[in-house]
Amino acid sequence: MKFKSLLASAAMALGLASGAMAEDKTKVGFVYVGPVGDGGWTYEHNKGRLAVEEHFGDKVETVFVESVPEGPDAERVMTQMALEGADLIFTTSFGYMDPTINVAQKFPDVKFEHATGYKTADNVSVYSARFYEGRAVQGHIAGKMTESNIIGYIGSYPIPEVIRGINSAYIHAKKVNPDVEFKIIWAYTWFDPAKEADAASVLIEQGADVILQHTDSTAPQAAAQEAGNVITFGQASDMSEYAPMPRVSSIIDNWAPYYIARTQAVMDGSWATANTWDGIGPGMVEIGEISDAVPADIKEEALAMTAALADGSYHPFTGPLKKQDGSDWLADGETADDGTLAGMNFYVEGLEGEIPQ
Amino acid sequence: MIVLEKRPQPSKAWSYATPLVAVLATMVFGGILFTILGKNPIEAIGTIFWEPLFGEFAFYYRPQLLVKGAPLVLIAIGLSLGFRAGIWNIGAEGQYIMGAIFGAGAGLAFYPIDAFYVFPIMVLAGAFGGWLWASIPAFLKVRFGTNEILVSLMLVYVAEQMLASVSLGLLKNPEGFGFPGSRNLQSYDAAHNAELISGSGMHWGVVTALIAVIFAYVLLNRHMLGFHIRLTGEAPRAAKFAGVNPARLILFCLGLSGALAGLAGMFEVSGPSGVVSIDFNVGYGFTAIIVAFLGRLHPVGILLAGGLMALTYIGGEIAQSQLGLPAAAIQVFQGMLLFFLLAFDLLTNYRIRAARSEVA
Repeated sequence: MKFKSLLASAAMALGLASGAMAEDKTKVGFVYVGPVGDGGWTYEHNKGRLAVEEHFGDKVETVFVESVPEGPDAERVMTQMALEGADLIFTTSFGYMDPTINVAQKFPDVKFEHATGYKTADNVSVYSARFYEGRAVQGHIAGKMTESNIIGYIGSYPIPEVIRGINSAYIHAKKVNPDVEFKIIWAYTWFDPAKEADAASVLIEQGADVILQHTDSTAPQAAAQEAGNVITFGQASDMSEYAPMPRVSSIIDNWAPYYIARTQAVMDGSWATANTWDGIGPGMVEIGEISDAVPADIKEEALAMTAALADGSYHPFTGPLKKQDGSDWLADGETADDGTLAGMNFYVEGLEGEIPQ
Repeated sequence: MIVLEKRPQPSKAWSYATPLVAVLATMVFGGILFTILGKNPIEAIGTIFWEPLFGEFAFYYRPQLLVKGAPLVLIAIGLSLGFRAGIWNIGAEGQYIMGAIFGAGAGLAFYPIDAFYVFPIMVLAGAFGGWLWASIPAFLKVRFGTNEILVSLMLVYVAEQMLASVSLGLLKNPEGFGFPGSRNLQSYDAAHNAELISGSGMHWGVVTALIAVIFAYVLLNRHMLGFHIRLTGEAPRAAKFAGVNPARLILFCLGLSGALAGLAGMFEVSGPSGVVSIDFNVGYGFTAIIVAFLGRLHPVGILLAGGLMALTYIGGEIAQSQLGLPAAAIQVFQGMLLFFLLAFDLLTNYRIRAARSEVA
């Protein structure tokens, strides 16, 4: 209790001091799980940060710390940012959830934004993107393009976000290619180029000619390029340096508009706790350019699906769908509700293997 | 011409001076690195070493030094005993993980009973988990003569898989919406390794680390077993004549270092971290090897080295956010420390002499 009040009073004193010194400068902190040069997840968050700087110019100051382990270290980094006068802190990995809540309790005047989590508070918002919409497009292209009918999937952690992606890709691959089979490897990391490359090589050796990844580095792209005749999709970032082959398209996370809007809200004093989950429509998820390696008719279908996802006329999880164990999930025409999707812990019918328990 | 000449006796002066020289050399070459990156080297080094101790927010960082340093010291003390006897436990990271799994598992088994005995049981379970994991390479070495370096290291990766497994299954928070990771022990009072004095950073792990330092000091200097450990490392043949039982020594050194690493993991998971998660381990077990050598395998030296390592971590984070230094530069900086230590260590056993040119 004493410590909390000490911190709070320090923060308050600092708030007053910095308020007096630089009244119009809003300080925004970013905590990254990987290096800013990962070419994927953290790279895109950092692009969002740079967009905030560009948009607000002198009115804003941003700071960031990269490669922060999820746990007590993250808590310290957040506390440090808050102490140094940050008004708004974006914590950009699922594992920062409890640390974010802890630090937010100690600094009630600082706003926190946690990516991909589910715990909110008076000064903690959560935000994520509906990556599974992009996975639907990937699944469609993958199902059409595969010749071996084996699609490799590099999973990071078996959390709902990743399982949603697998299900969405599988449903849409299966729809256009009933013989398709998914092989899934769990890497248990968000960013580890060596492990990711190994996983990609193993999948290719097992006959996969399409590699989907839910990890952040470009290592699987490089592995696919080396193997030749294997197609991949950019993850989190466009990864266009691997286009037109192996990378035939990508899911791009575009955080910039959200970061700018939330920073603006802090400046206006209109910031309020929110639970944001945006997809292709609002532009948080973008489909990277489909390269010439994809035949024109498939490309056209993929673009049509993207458009339908964007205007809301199509939902990736539309019944009839069954769970892996054969039990009914969605009736004909029924779409999945956000609650089920947010906590998704089951495979859909047809996927082989078990979710690691 | 410069030649290296073996000293008849290791230099005492150099063995004490090496760590300091290594730190200074790290500062100089780190400074050059920071300059190349376009930062003011004085400011960067100052931020890393000064800011956490005496800066504006030192009231927060000083306790954090204890939190960050305690597991390093606790593990390094255990490792140093084995290292002194020539028994190389490289798998402290795995023992740390197992300690956390056992400790947290024991605590969560009692959830939500709020009783005084929960935490002591967790402590014992944590130590047991680490001991068990280290006893595998010890037993295999004694029984089959396997190499403990390889076995203990390989078991780290096994432990990491166990960690992933329990985070997703056995210890998964039933109220976690299907997300991996256990219940947060910080919100389970009976199992929470809270700060003993609020805001001091002092939790039971810090206290245990300090006790371990004293214990190791007494053991090495005042106890027959400590003498045997030192003798085995320095003069294995003499040790044999002195009646040292090598098998027992191996079991003791590996087992104890495992138990201490397990304790470190248990205190971490029940305190600063709170949850068993897939990413729970952040490399304390490996960094502790550096700490042990930086501290010259001496208990007091390890205490200081643990503090120094913690300082570079925390100062490094501050330098990242204040000066925009990349994380990789901080890691290089830390790596330099070990490199220079080992490099200058040469001077303990060798001296540099200018060879006479007429001889050549």
